[in-house]
Amino acid sequence: METSSPILPQATTSRPDGPTALIQARNVSVRFGTTQALRKVSLDLAERHVTAFIGPSGCGKSTLLRCFNRMNELIDISFTEGTIHLADTEIHHPDVDVIELRKRVGMVFQKSNPFPKSIYENVAYGLRLHGTRDRKILNEIVESSLRSAALWDEVKDRLHESALGLSGGQQQRLCIARAIAIRPQVILMDEPASALDPTATMRIEELVLDLRKDYTIVIVTHNMHQATRISDYTAFFYQGELIEFDATSRIFANPAKKQTEDYVTGRFG
Amino acid sequence: MESHHLNPHRPARANPLPLRRARGLHPARALSTLFSGLTALATYLILAILLLILGHLIWAGRSVFDWRFLTTGTDADMFDIQTAGILPMVVGTTARVMVMTLFVMPAGIITALYLGEFTHAHSRLARLIRGAVNNLAGVPSIVFGLFGLGFFVAFVGGSLDEVFGGPGVEPKWGKPCLLWASLTLAVMTLPVVIVATEESIRAIPSSLREASFALGATRLQTIRRVILPQAMPGILTGGILAIGRAAGEVAPILFTGAAYYMARLPHSPTDQFMDLGYHAFILATQSQSIESIQPILFATVLTLLLLTLALSIVAMFIRAQIPRAHDAPM
Amino acid sequence: MTPPVPWSAGLGLTGRGRRRQRLLDLLLEGILLTVSLSSLLMLALIFLFVGREAMPVALGRVNAALVQEALPVADALKLPPERLQEYLGLTGPEFARLNTAAIRDLALLKAEAASRIPPAIRDDPDARANTASWRYLLMPHQWKGNDLPAFVWQPVSLIRKYNVVPIVIGSLKVSLVALVTAIPLALAASLYVSQLAPRRFRHAFKCAIELLESFPTVVLGLLALIVLSGLLEPPTRAVAEFFAIPVSRLNACVAGITVGLAVIPVIFSVAEQALTSVPRTYCSAALALGATRWQAAWQVLVPAAFPGLCAAVLLGFGRAMGETMIVLMASGNAALPTWNIFEPTRTMSATIAAEMAEAVFGGHHYRMLFLVGTLLFAITFLSNLFADLVIQRIKLRWSHIT
Repeated sequence: METSSPILPQATTSRPDGPTALIQARNVSVRFGTTQALRKVSLDLAERHVTAFIGPSGCGKSTLLRCFNRMNELIDISFTEGTIHLADTEIHHPDVDVIELRKRVGMVFQKSNPFPKSIYENVAYGLRLHGTRDRKILNEIVESSLRSAALWDEVKDRLHESALGLSGGQQQRLCIARAIAIRPQVILMDEPASALDPTATMRIEELVLDLRKDYTIVIVTHNMHQATRISDYTAFFYQGELIEFDATSRIFANPAKKQTEDYVTGRFG
Repeated sequence: MESHHLNPHRPARANPLPLRRARGLHPARALSTLFSGLTALATYLILAILLLILGHLIWAGRSVFDWRFLTTGTDADMFDIQTAGILPMVVGTTARVMVMTLFVMPAGIITALYLGEFTHAHSRLARLIRGAVNNLAGVPSIVFGLFGLGFFVAFVGGSLDEVFGGPGVEPKWGKPCLLWASLTLAVMTLPVVIVATEESIRAIPSSLREASFALGATRLQTIRRVILPQAMPGILTGGILAIGRAAGEVAPILFTGAAYYMARLPHSPTDQFMDLGYHAFILATQSQSIESIQPILFATVLTLLLLTLALSIVAMFIRAQIPRAHDAPM
Repeated sequence: MTPPVPWSAGLGLTGRGRRRQRLLDLLLEGILLTVSLSSLLMLALIFLFVGREAMPVALGRVNAALVQEALPVADALKLPPERLQEYLGLTGPEFARLNTAAIRDLALLKAEAASRIPPAIRDDPDARANTASWRYLLMPHQWKGNDLPAFVWQPVSLIRKYNVVPIVIGSLKVSLVALVTAIPLALAASLYVSQLAPRRFRHAFKCAIELLESFPTVVLGLLALIVLSGLLEPPTRAVAEFFAIPVSRLNACVAGITVGLAVIPVIFSVAEQALTSVPRTYCSAALALGATRWQAAWQVLVPAAFPGLCAAVLLGFGRAMGETMIVLMASGNAALPTWNIFEPTRTMSATIAAEMAEAVFGGHHYRMLFLVGTLLFAITFLSNLFADLVIQRIKLRWSHIT
């Protein structure tokens, strides 16, 4: 495990210990049938930092995100090449259990998708899946997850009501609580606030900044201001290729490539 | 140079198309009204026939149809209006339908699960299975009766008798009975359960499945915890429709287990049974004077009809709870 | 906020314990697949077992002649096993199952039966004919006592007659009357409900008409027998007298109309689905060009939905052919090979239902009934298969457009 790989740029934030790369992607290519979605992408994701993937629609950022928890495998015309290491294990190794992987790499989707069960049962779903049965432990973890997702105060009196009765923003926070209940190391977020109004979006962004202390977060966003607000590192994708990957401040203030500059200044995209 | 501006002093050319509705009856429009009227008439006619049938049965059977009628057994004279009772027929019909449910629900739910979860909507295997299901739905009910006789009674029953009894012993399994009639009905109503269940499974949005997988659930866990609870209305609908269909069918049980007269109620799967529909059929075609027993006949048939109607209406209510499928094209 | 529970570094190569989980998933899929193939299996079994009983007739191995060469018992027992089996008219497994005493009894029965036939009949050439051979099943024959060659189905007489033409005609007659009754009503209603009815009521109409489908056919048959036949008798008698054709109270017309009633919901639901799946833009385009509703429906909608409507009619035909209880009760039950719908008739399904109880298990009549069943199954299977293919093709076509 390298402490500073050639890919992971030096952070400009004042962190005493340099960032460690928790996930390392090398030459990742993804193809759906005959369409090439990603071409030889290599980057590192820093532990307990927020990395943003930006780029115009169809550039492959969501595809790369879904590589990290092997959700692309659910589409049976997909072909993945290249290696992805989580800590020091290559996640495509035949002995790796994809269930375990998904316990460690959680996901929040673009459109919130709570189960048609109660709020409590939604958060407890993952715990019950993996064998936790003790009511006391469940209660504890549900409460702490809802607190972490900044939802506890709003729902503590109606834990056993249907989750579908919550507002859009609350549902998305519930999905975040559901994902962190099983204590993943990484949280992948695919445009989590794109379907929400500005107030709800702000709350999600505050939440991401808060969660950064304990989780490694990757967030796909088409909103560049959001990227500047909450991410430490930004990767810019275009037509399936990684164009530039650097600390957020440098990408937006002083991009190295012309294409990046054109995109962030709004000349296209 | 010509001026292209409109001369304000010359009036614009009269618009050739009249915008006002033409006076008198335009032939195309009249035809259209006639067409609308005829089709509406057809629809209401069908509904009227439905109500007429129901009404006639109620009116013709009302003198006999009461609680005593429903609960008297065969020790009373079945041709006497005063004493006839249909309890054994009700029990027989209910029994065969219940046993059928035991067999058809698991098989139907499993098939629908496979079609809905493990195959694409248009893959070859899915189309093959669905084609078989649709064809099974179209087999005439009398052919099911023959199948029940040739396969269940003769083959399976005969083989069981040989294995357990040896040749020459009085056949216990190789004769028409409740078990074979129920199995025959299960094969007949399998398509009903499969179609209703698959409909509700496909209506579940895939985002729920994704959420479950992303949390690290296996296929089995996702099915057990997310898919099946959501599909419950469809499963119930399928079951109720199957029961309603089976209760009303007589042809499949003609040679596989129905009896005109049994001294006592069936108490084991190898017994024969009496049946509402079969009883009505025998009364109608083999009694000497049909006029004298008309009220009994109508009351029996009314019971059967009320039973199947009630089941259908309940199924419709439940089906209305299922949200429309988002991805299905038709 | 409680700190997250630390996982051990790295995922660890997990191996066997978790591979079992994956195996369980595969096992699950395998079990589900096996059970799902059961519907295919059932269809195949129906073919197999219904056909199996009918096979000996189809292959010409059944000899239903009244007078057959009967040997004295002692001579019969001296025959080699294959010839003895053929002589007794048994299939291989049945023959193997019997012990010598049973075989001797059968040979004895055969000799006795042969000796009991009065000599007058024994000289009749008809009595020697194998009435279960294909020539007698399909072609007309002049039986003793008749003036002309005729198609006769009369299994319960001394010389059994198994010609299937009367009952096939019967089924076709009833189905045609049923379709003539059902198609106009069902198609018109489907046009109304899918296009013209107020939206709020559309679901209610559909449910109500589908409620008709849940009526047990015994109920409809009873009403046909008691009510409809009485209602129709005066007018049909008048019409029949006008054309000087025979008439009877229970006939193909009464049964056909009632079967039509039962078939209406079948045609209606498929037709309505076909009509609603045509994209609205088609009709909107026509209406925007100034067409009336009638013109838009007739010139654009119906042609676009035509395959689906054909499939609906085919399904209705299959259902009508297979209908049993209504015809059993209301068609008069006489196997007359005529196309006159005012005379009594016998359909294939009613024949099976009515005569199976009297047929000796394993005998000629029993096998003939299974042959009729196979024929009926083949007809409905083909028409349903065709209709199903058309519907699948339509679903594929529209799924690309929407």
